[in-house]
Amino acid sequence: MSVEEKVKENPVEEFLRTDRLPHVWCQGCGIGTTVNCFARAVRKCGIPLEKLAIVSGICCTGRVAGYLKLDSFHVTHGRPIPFATGLKLANPELTVVVYSGDGDIAAIGGNHLINAARRNVDITVIMLNNFTYAMTGGQVTPTAPYESINTTAPYGAYEKPFNLPHLVASCGAVYVARWTAYHVVQLTKAMVEAMNKKGFSFIEVISPCPTIFLRRNRLGDAIAELKFYKEHSVIKHGADTSEVGWDETRPDEIIVGKFVDVERPDFIEAMNTHLSKRLGDKYVWWGKK
Amino acid sequence: MAEIKYTTADPKGVLTGVHYMDGNHAACEGALAAGCRFAAGYPITPSTEVVERFSVRIPLVGGVFIQMEDEIASSICLQGAVWAGLKAMTVSSGPGISLMQEHVGLAACLETPCVFVNVQRGGPSTGLPTLPGQADMQQCRWGSHGDYEVIALSPSTVQECFDFIIDAFNLAEIYRVPVFFQMDECVGHMTEKVIIPEADKIKVVERRYTSKPPEEYLPYKPDPDLVPEMVKAGDGYRFHVTGLTHDERGYPVINAQAQKEMVYRLVEKIEKNAPKIWKFEEEDIDGADVVVLSYGISARVALKAIEMAREKGVKVGRMRLIVVWPFPEPRVKEVANSVKAIVVPELNIRGQIAREVERIAEGVCKVVRVPHAGGTVHDPEQIFDAIMEAAR
Amino acid sequence: MATAEKTKKKKFRGVVHVLPERCKGCRVCVEFCPTGAITMSDGFNSRGFHYPEFTYPEKCTGCELCGMYCPDFAIYGYREKIGEGE
Repeated sequence: MSVEEKVKENPVEEFLRTDRLPHVWCQGCGIGTTVNCFARAVRKCGIPLEKLAIVSGICCTGRVAGYLKLDSFHVTHGRPIPFATGLKLANPELTVVVYSGDGDIAAIGGNHLINAARRNVDITVIMLNNFTYAMTGGQVTPTAPYESINTTAPYGAYEKPFNLPHLVASCGAVYVARWTAYHVVQLTKAMVEAMNKKGFSFIEVISPCPTIFLRRNRLGDAIAELKFYKEHSVIKHGADTSEVGWDETRPDEIIVGKFVDVERPDFIEAMNTHLSKRLGDKYVWWGKK
Repeated sequence: MAEIKYTTADPKGVLTGVHYMDGNHAACEGALAAGCRFAAGYPITPSTEVVERFSVRIPLVGGVFIQMEDEIASSICLQGAVWAGLKAMTVSSGPGISLMQEHVGLAACLETPCVFVNVQRGGPSTGLPTLPGQADMQQCRWGSHGDYEVIALSPSTVQECFDFIIDAFNLAEIYRVPVFFQMDECVGHMTEKVIIPEADKIKVVERRYTSKPPEEYLPYKPDPDLVPEMVKAGDGYRFHVTGLTHDERGYPVINAQAQKEMVYRLVEKIEKNAPKIWKFEEEDIDGADVVVLSYGISARVALKAIEMAREKGVKVGRMRLIVVWPFPEPRVKEVANSVKAIVVPELNIRGQIAREVERIAEGVCKVVRVPHAGGTVHDPEQIFDAIMEAAR
Repeated sequence: MATAEKTKKKKFRGVVHVLPERCKGCRVCVEFCPTGAITMSDGFNSRGFHYPEFTYPEKCTGCELCGMYCPDFAIYGYREKIGEGE
């Protein structure tokens, strides 16, 4: 940040419901770190605060909506994406961000994730991946690495984990990136780009869960994990998303970067274009022309 | 307190004239007349025609239809649309309504004004997709977990599919509650004359938006009628709502006291306002020996049985529930006190409404169930026999 | 609140603020401060966590990474023009 842009209070402060602090997240949890990035991204993206809505589901990350001083909706487990879809379609002037965890978005909410990407609904999904259901004590998720220990995979996970950037890219998402909680500057930039991107944008954030996932898998504390991200991340912008997943318990390479940034008409644009072509003057255009 | 603001229908959505259409189409037209500008749905027999018509009509009216990936998504997508400022509904039947139940609870908890249309079919499970039932009457009241109340209406004619879905939308706005429109396959697929009035003859209720500035506004501080004022996303209130138990600020509070305050208000805002919500039709109750109490298609079939019984000299009165929940307890109690028996025909086998009548009658009169497993309607003879038995 | 010493060459100095009561003692700010300007205090906050201190103001560049990393919104940094705010 340049001298001219200097700030004298915590830049995250104006976005927080400070009367609710301290928050529920554990010591060293990466969620708060990403909220710092989000606050800075909101400052930079130029979107008026009153036109920015945030939707979370049920999980540790789902609590983000409750701490952000925006129009914020904490809905049911797995369903923030369809709620966000309704918000965005009903008022196209809103910028709508879904901020939730891997269990919420990819497991119970997986059907909504792929369909929103396919429809190219103009929302941003920020999905924190801590590889476990942390809020309920550490059950196995569809993102859990092979052999990782979870309370419902006590002898180690043996299902293939999702490669989520590849999944959403294959469904038609127009912006797909992955960063870790270590990459705060890049993550902030990605959030700005995603929020300003027209269409379905998706950011996977690999994030430490010291209390549950790291402890149970004997991986150390948050600092150890952030150092692991630092040492093992490889930035590959435009990487073939089919190659960014990992099957190893602990990958040698965590491929991060901006994988997809393409143009495609979003849901509302496609609807307006198509229906006005078919119905002519009889069609009532939806949103600003 | 936010005044309840009545206005007249937006002419863009009103297809004024005399029509010949089925109940599903009429329900769609009623929704459009009521100001519904967003529907999210998923195909399911026998309800699909409602959203099919909506998808034809809404591009010409101004609004959005989206076919979601499942009923779970539909039932929350519409709530997003409501919080962005539109009136919205979803439409389904049997299995679809079962899938939606979690979001009925969410709507009750967030106090999202919205309408769930249920064109009832036979169940359980996939059951009878193309044939009628009235076996979801308790489900619509208790289907989601936890303590809450809903409002439910049940039309008997195609005209009522148009007229009463407007009431459903209006009640949703007044009380900020999910409202069930409990049709059935017969009413949905029956074709009759429907008169759609001019827009300025149709009363619609506007959302009870607050006039308070953001710094004074509390999302769940109730007005004296126990209903809080609303805001929508994008207006600068930067408010929070959650499906967790919450306080007046909308903040989660996980303790017994907050739970007590919240669920009592959610229930009492319907219970205490019930006299303003009840709606039923009566005929010849005074001096009757037997009253036939029913709703939906069964109330219509009962008309023939009532006529047959009257021909035999039995004094038969008639009570038809239009608003089923909240249940008109005081009136049913009065009727129970004045007659020998209340006969309750309905398309379910263990008396989903009859047991409510029994509970209220407390034994002061006989309550005769006329059960039916669904798949078709009662033979009027069955109801006639029940009336004659009850009159003895 | 700590203040930076004036240096002759710099037009600005880095400043770090700590809100000890929000801190959960994860030490991420100390570990990832590029110049080692922050250390953990021996003191405890009311919930019994050690919290960071701005021990070496002269090392601070005001890069703000501490604030970016802090999961608890308990620390933040910025750059201040020399001569400002006194």
